[in-house]
Amino acid sequence: MIIAILAIATLALAFGLLLGFSSIRFHVEGDPIVDKIDALLPQTQCGQCGHPGCRPYAESIANGEDSINKCPPGGEATMIALADLLGVDPVPMDGEAAVEKPKAVAVIDEQECIGCTLCIQACPVDAILGAAKQMHTVIGNECTGCELCLPPCPVECIHMEPLKVDTSNWKWPFPNNASPELVNAGDARHA
Amino acid sequence: MHKATSVSNRKLFHFHGGLHLPDNKSQSTGDPVRKAPIPARLIVPLQQHIGEIAEPLVTVGERVLKGQLIARAQGYISAPVHAPTSGTVADIAEHLIPHPSGLTGLCVVIDSDCRDEWIDLPEPLTSYHNSDPAELRERIRQSGIVGLGGAAFPTSVKINPGPETWIKTLIINGAECEPYITCDDMLMREHPQRIISGIEILMHLLKPERVLVGIEDNKPEAIGAMREAAASSGLTGLEVVPIPTLYPSGGEKQLIRVLTGKEVPSGAIPAKIGIVCHNVGTAAAIADAVLEGKPLISRLVTVTGEGVKTPANFEVLIGTPARNLIELAGDYTSKISKLILGGPMMGFTLNDDAAPITKAANCLLAASGHEAPDPGPATPCIRCGQCAAVCPVNLLPQQMYWYARAKDLEKTQEYHLFDCIECGCCSHVCPAHIPLVQYYRYAKTESWAQEQEKQKAEQARKRHEVRVARLERLEAERQAKLRMKKEALAKKPAAKKSNDADGADPKKAAIEAAMKRAAEKKAKLTEQGVAPQNTENLTPAQQAKIDQAETRRKASHSATTVTDTTESQDG
Repeated sequence: MIIAILAIATLALAFGLLLGFSSIRFHVEGDPIVDKIDALLPQTQCGQCGHPGCRPYAESIANGEDSINKCPPGGEATMIALADLLGVDPVPMDGEAAVEKPKAVAVIDEQECIGCTLCIQACPVDAILGAAKQMHTVIGNECTGCELCLPPCPVECIHMEPLKVDTSNWKWPFPNNASPELVNAGDARHA
Repeated sequence: MHKATSVSNRKLFHFHGGLHLPDNKSQSTGDPVRKAPIPARLIVPLQQHIGEIAEPLVTVGERVLKGQLIARAQGYISAPVHAPTSGTVADIAEHLIPHPSGLTGLCVVIDSDCRDEWIDLPEPLTSYHNSDPAELRERIRQSGIVGLGGAAFPTSVKINPGPETWIKTLIINGAECEPYITCDDMLMREHPQRIISGIEILMHLLKPERVLVGIEDNKPEAIGAMREAAASSGLTGLEVVPIPTLYPSGGEKQLIRVLTGKEVPSGAIPAKIGIVCHNVGTAAAIADAVLEGKPLISRLVTVTGEGVKTPANFEVLIGTPARNLIELAGDYTSKISKLILGGPMMGFTLNDDAAPITKAANCLLAASGHEAPDPGPATPCIRCGQCAAVCPVNLLPQQMYWYARAKDLEKTQEYHLFDCIECGCCSHVCPAHIPLVQYYRYAKTESWAQEQEKQKAEQARKRHEVRVARLERLEAERQAKLRMKKEALAKKPAAKKSNDADGADPKKAAIEAAMKRAAEKKAKLTEQGVAPQNTENLTPAQQAKIDQAETRRKASHSATTVTDTTESQDG
C-alpha cells in the first residue's frame, strides 16, 4: 500500500519536475498564432475591421473576440485562409466587406493640394511624401489603398484610382465554360 | 531518298508522353522565303522580351535611321529595341500588342520614308576569335537579340552562365515540333551558313565540348543543308542530329532529354546540368550582329492555314502589322475562323490583325474552323488518365485540374504546376474537352499575383511597424522634453527661495557694495581735503573756460560745490 503511494507520488513528482522544467526551457515568447493570422492579413492597416491595424485584429481573432470575416481588403480569400488556419467554418463576409472592391491606390490632385500634412499623418505606411505648405504626393508602389487619407483632407483633393491592368499584371481568367460538375450540381439543386 | 540524311549513330532518348500530330508543314514550304515590303507604318513594341521594358530614347517627330537604337535596355534582364527601317517617329504611345490579354503596350510608331537608310553600324567583329568574350557578349546584348524560338528571353543573359558553370553541351534547337510552323525549317534550308557562323560564335563564347543541332526528321532538306554547312565549316564537336518527330520535342527540356538523356531538375535552368539551348534563328541573329554589326530588326514569320490563299514564309521587319502579312499571303479566304499567333497547340488568338509582329512571333496561323475546332462545351472529367499518359513533363494533369478548379493554388504547386510547359497535349487528348491548359495558366498567373501581394503585404507590414516605432519614439521624446521643462520650472522657485533666505539678490548686493565703496572713497578724499586730480596743469584757455562756467553757474545756482562742477565738465 505504502509502496504504491510512494511509487505514484515519486512518479507525480518526477513528471511535475519534467513539465515544470520544459515549460521554462521551451518557453515560447509571444503568441505564434497571432503571427500566423497577421501573416494572412493584407497589411493595409485600414482599420475597416474596427481595429487600429492588422495586428490588433489578428490579436482579437486569436483571442476569439472577433470573427474572421471583417477584412474587406482581404476579401473572401483571406477569410477562407483564416478559416483554414484556425480550423473553423468559413462564414459569409460581414457588412461592407461583402462587396469586393477593385484594388486601388490614392492619388493626390497636386493642383489642389494645400500642403496641410493631414494626410501624411493619417497614412499608416508612410506612403505620402510632402511637408507643410509643400505639395504632397503618394508613393504609388507603397500605397496599400486603405483610404485612410481621404477623410482628413480639407480640400478633398485625394481620390482612389483603380490599379491599371497591363501585360505585366494581367492574369489568365478562370475558364468560364469550365465547371460542368458544379453547373450540373447547381441545376440538380434548383430542380 | 532522304533516308541517308536521317541516319545517325547517336543514341537518342525518349521523354515521357508526347503526341504524333499531323505536321501540316508542307503548305508553307513550297516557295522560298520572300522579303516582306516595308510597311508605311511600323508599330514597334518596347516590351518584346522577358524582363524589364526598354526605355524609349527617341522623341515624337524625330527622324530615325534603320538600325538606330530607339529604346535602351533597363536592367540586366532586358533587351534594347532598334528602328526596323528609316523614317519619322510618329508617336510613342500605348498600342495594341500581340498578347493573349488583348491589352495595349508602349510602342514606338514609325512612319517609314521608304528609303530604308542604314545608320552607321558598329564595326564587324570578324576576328572575334582573338577578342574578349565580354566584348562579344556586349555586342550581342546591344543588338537586342532575344530567344527567337518563342520565349524571347534575352540571349545575352543565357550566354553568360557565370564563371562557376561550365557549359559542356551546347544544343541548337531546330526541332520546330509544332504543326504548321516552318520558319526555322526555311531558315535552315536557305541560310545554314549563317546558323553555323552563329554556332561558331557561341562555341567561342561558351567553349562547349560538343554541339548538337537537333532537327526533327520530318525536315530532311533542313537536315541535309545543315549537315553540308557543318561539314564545310570544319568545326569539330559539331553534330547535326535528326530526332524522331514527336510533339513537343522542340521544348527546351524535352530536346535536352532526347539528345542527352539528361533531365533538367524541376525549377532549374539547363545551365545547372551544363547545357545551354539556343534556337537556330537566334544563332543566325548572333552571326548577323557579330559579323555584320546588324541589330535584330527582322525575323522569319510563317503565314499559313486554310484561312489565307497562299501560305508562305516571309522575312518581316519587326513592327509590321499582322494585317500586312495576311495581304502578302493573298488575303483571307472565306474559310478563316480565327487568327492565331504561334502554332495551333501553344499559340493564342489575335483578335485584331492590327497587332504588330514582334521578335517572338514565329507564325501567323489563319485557321479554318476545321483546323482550330471549337472544343465544344466541357463535360465532366471521366478520369480516363489520357492527359497523364501524354504529358511530356510526367505531371498529373488531372490532379492539377481538380486543385486549380477548386482554386487551391498551394496544392497545384505541390503537383509541380510550375514545371508545366503549357504544350497543350493534355487538352488535346481530353475526351471531355476540358480546357486543362487554361486552368494551369489561370493557376500560374494567380499564384504569381498572390505571391506578389504577399510580398507587398510584407512590405506594408514593415513600413507600418517602422512608422509605429517612429511615432512611439517621437512621443517618448516629446514626453521627455516636457518632463525636463517641468523639472526646470520646479527648480527655479526653489533657487529663489534659497536666495531670499540669505538676504538679497546677489546682483543687487553687488551694486550696493559698489555704491558703498564709492561713497566711502569720496568721503575719505574730502576728509583729506584732496580735490579731484584732473584740475591740475590746465592751460590758461581751459582755466578761463572753467572760470566762465563757474560764474555762469554761480549766477543761476549758488549752492553747488567746485568738485561737482569739475565732475560734470569731465563728463
